[in-house]
This record gives sequence, structure tokens and C-alpha cells, in this order.
Amino acid sequence: MIGLINYGMGNLHSVAKALEKAGGRVELVDDAGKLQDYDRIVLPGVGAFRDCIGALQKTGMDAALKASIDSGKPFLGICLGMQVLMDVSCEFGSYRGLGLIPGAVKPFPEQHPERGFKIPHMGWNDVVLSSAKTPHPVLAPLAGKQVYYVHSYCCMPQNPDHLLAACSYGDYPFAAAIGRDNMVAVQFHPEKSQRAGLALLEAFLQWHP
Amino acid sequence: MLSKRIIPCLDVAHGRVVKGVQFVDIIDAGDPVEAAIKYDEQGADELTFLDIRASHESRDTLYHMVTEVAEHVFMPLTVGGGVKALGDIENLLHAGADKVSINTAAIFTPELVRDAAERFGSSTIVVAVDAKRVEQHWECFTHGGRKPTGINAVAWAKRMSDYGAGEILLTSMDADGTKNGYDIPLTCAVSDAVTANVVASGGVGTLEHLAAGLKEGKADAVLAASIFHFGTFTIHEAKSYLAAQGIPVRL
Repeated sequence: MIGLINYGMGNLHSVAKALEKAGGRVELVDDAGKLQDYDRIVLPGVGAFRDCIGALQKTGMDAALKASIDSGKPFLGICLGMQVLMDVSCEFGSYRGLGLIPGAVKPFPEQHPERGFKIPHMGWNDVVLSSAKTPHPVLAPLAGKQVYYVHSYCCMPQNPDHLLAACSYGDYPFAAAIGRDNMVAVQFHPEKSQRAGLALLEAFLQWHP
Repeated sequence: MLSKRIIPCLDVAHGRVVKGVQFVDIIDAGDPVEAAIKYDEQGADELTFLDIRASHESRDTLYHMVTEVAEHVFMPLTVGGGVKALGDIENLLHAGADKVSINTAAIFTPELVRDAAERFGSSTIVVAVDAKRVEQHWECFTHGGRKPTGINAVAWAKRMSDYGAGEILLTSMDADGTKNGYDIPLTCAVSDAVTANVVASGGVGTLEHLAAGLKEGKADAVLAASIFHFGTFTIHEAKSYLAAQGIPVRL
């Protein structure tokens, strides 16, 4: 059973339906004490960093999530659910994240509208898997496919080993996917990426890190 | 590279897709889920649903419809029509919409857009601008294009973008329904003025019109209704054409 963390924001409905379509059984989890009961954990995300981390802290979900990840359960973070893994974000001020992946969350650099560089980065773009490494099993189905992104901020992992896939907007490269051990997290929305997104979710359901 | 988006637009009333010509002779055109599945199979990048009734009675039906569509297709859904308050936006997002389009209410209460962008995120908030050429500039119209406002459409789009709207759904009232193509000078003027994404709308009759909206109009996405509804072109045909013109699309 997949535990889909409900912190009172985000597009839970879409993520739950997509996971079911990919063959999973899903329950929403809002009680931090229950998180340990699930085999796999998904943290979705839409909204602002401070609200997300604030809601996770208020309910004790931050500590429960860290404990679950430490116990080795497969974890998937989506969009904001990826960004909160980092140490710190500068969205609407400076906020501490979960600190599970060293690095910061920063906005795209000053945009150049005349070059068509609009904010948010919104639409279908690439997932470039590093050719130097073996493709991550959850991301491998996305080779050569485009996925749906909607975001204004990007994760900047300090350790290059934590960068699993990249994308560029204009000529600015950013992290499309990060992770380590039993954690994988993506900046795009698999639940909105049609077949490519469902293929990623299927791969996550079969992943045994 | 970021692809340009092709967005079919579906008008809905009481939870059904409708077709109309200039808002008259509206006929039932089927089930929204079936329409969504059809466009999904053709490779649409997003879907936009506009509730043309937008009455209180049709609200609950609209939420139900969005939920049902979101259970079957896994692509971004924008929903608009009669959105007046933060609560309306919240209800639509909970129902399964990814983006909510605000039109008339933004004109009367511009702060709604700022508040909504802060609360739900810029990427969730679309401001629909219905513009009509008046002498040497374009003016915003409300109430489905019936009421003039005296507001300069390009300046308005910029203000809404500055307030945090992530996308401007720009419809030319002059071009709408003509099949003569987008209003390119209008689209280009707005694209140059705002940092938000611009979706060109109104007037598409041919595939060349889509290309012009993206190239000359500098739009980030193109929206069309009748050329897709009536089967003149499939989404895939449109994308193949655009790709041949050197425009980045997701095939």
C-alpha cells in the first residue's frame, strides 16, 4: 500500500488517480503516526515552500517522513515534494527544508522575456539522464520523452551524485530529478505527463532499492 | 527544449460539452470525459474547459465534471468561467483542476489575482483577457465580451502578470469565430509586455494560424476549439505541421 502524504494542499486527487492507474493501491495519510504502516511513500506538491514545510512540521509529518526514509522505504517526491527535501529555500524568505539532500532551492535567474524566457517554467520539456551513470530504474522509462513541468524554483544539489536527471530552460540547466538510496524526487509532474508519467509511476511501484 | 503547447478548448454548460456559434444555437456536443479522452489520445498538451453558463446551479455540476475528467486523463486541466472568489478556486483545484482561469472578477477585484497567486501559486492562476481593438489600442471586455471596461488590454495583462498570474489566456474578440487567424499584433504586444506565459486564442481556421500565433505572436501556447472539435484537424496533424515549420512541439 502506498501512503500519499496529505498536508492540506496540493493536487492529491490527480496523484492518487495516476498511482492507481499505474497499478498501485493508495491511501491518503494525514496522521504522522500512521506513516510507518505503508510500504511506499509519495509526497506530492503544489504551492509555496513555506506553507508546505510549515504544514509538515505542524503535524509532525517531517519527523515521521525522515524516519520512514531512514528505514529504507521507497520514496517519491513530486515538484514541491522534491524541493522540501533540500536544506533551505529562498522562496518568500529563507526557510529550512527537511535537509535530506544537501543543497538549496533557488529561483530561475533574472528572466529575459524578449528571449521567450517566461516564469513559471510551464510546459513539456526533456528529462536528460546522465550518460555517465546507469539510468536510475525509476527514470529509465523517460529516456527521449517529454514531461510536464510547472515551477519557478529549482533544486541545486551540492553533491553531483544526487543529480539523477537534468533539463534546461532557455540555456539554464536545472535538476529534473534528484535522489539517493531509496529516495527519488522529480521536478516535473508525472501525474500530468500522460503515458510517460504513468510509466514512471509504474517503475516506482516496481522499484526495490 | 521547452515545447510550445497545443490546447484544445471545450465549452461546457451543465457538465456537458456544447458547441455554439457566437453564443447562439448552442447544441449538446457530448460527454466531457469522452472528449478529453479523444484529445488525450491525439496528444493534446493540456485541456481547457470554460463553463459558459457559470451560474450557481451549474457550479456543482462543473466540480463533478472536473473530477470525472481528472480520473481519466493525466494531463493539465485549466477550468474557468464564473470564478469570483478564492473559495471558487479552491473548490476547482480540489475537484482536480490544475489551473483556474479568472476573467470578469479580476477586472472588478484585481487583488483577487494577487491573493490567489500567493495562496495557490502563480502556476495555478490564469487570467483570461478578452480584448477588442478600439481605435489605436485594445480594450478589455467582460461578461463574455459584452461589456467594455475602458481598460487598455496590454497594460492590463502586464498588471495581472505583475500581480502573479502565471498565464494570460488572451482572446481577441475581433478574431474570435472568424477563422481568419489570431490577432497577431495584439498577441505579440502582450507577449512582449508580460513575464507570464501567453496563450493565444480566437480566430484559428488553419494550421498556418497556429504557427503564426507561436512565431510572430510569440505565444507560449495556442488554444483552438472548432478546428479540433469539428475534426478539421487532429492535434497530431497540427503538431506535425508545426514541427515541420521548426517549432518545438511534443510529438
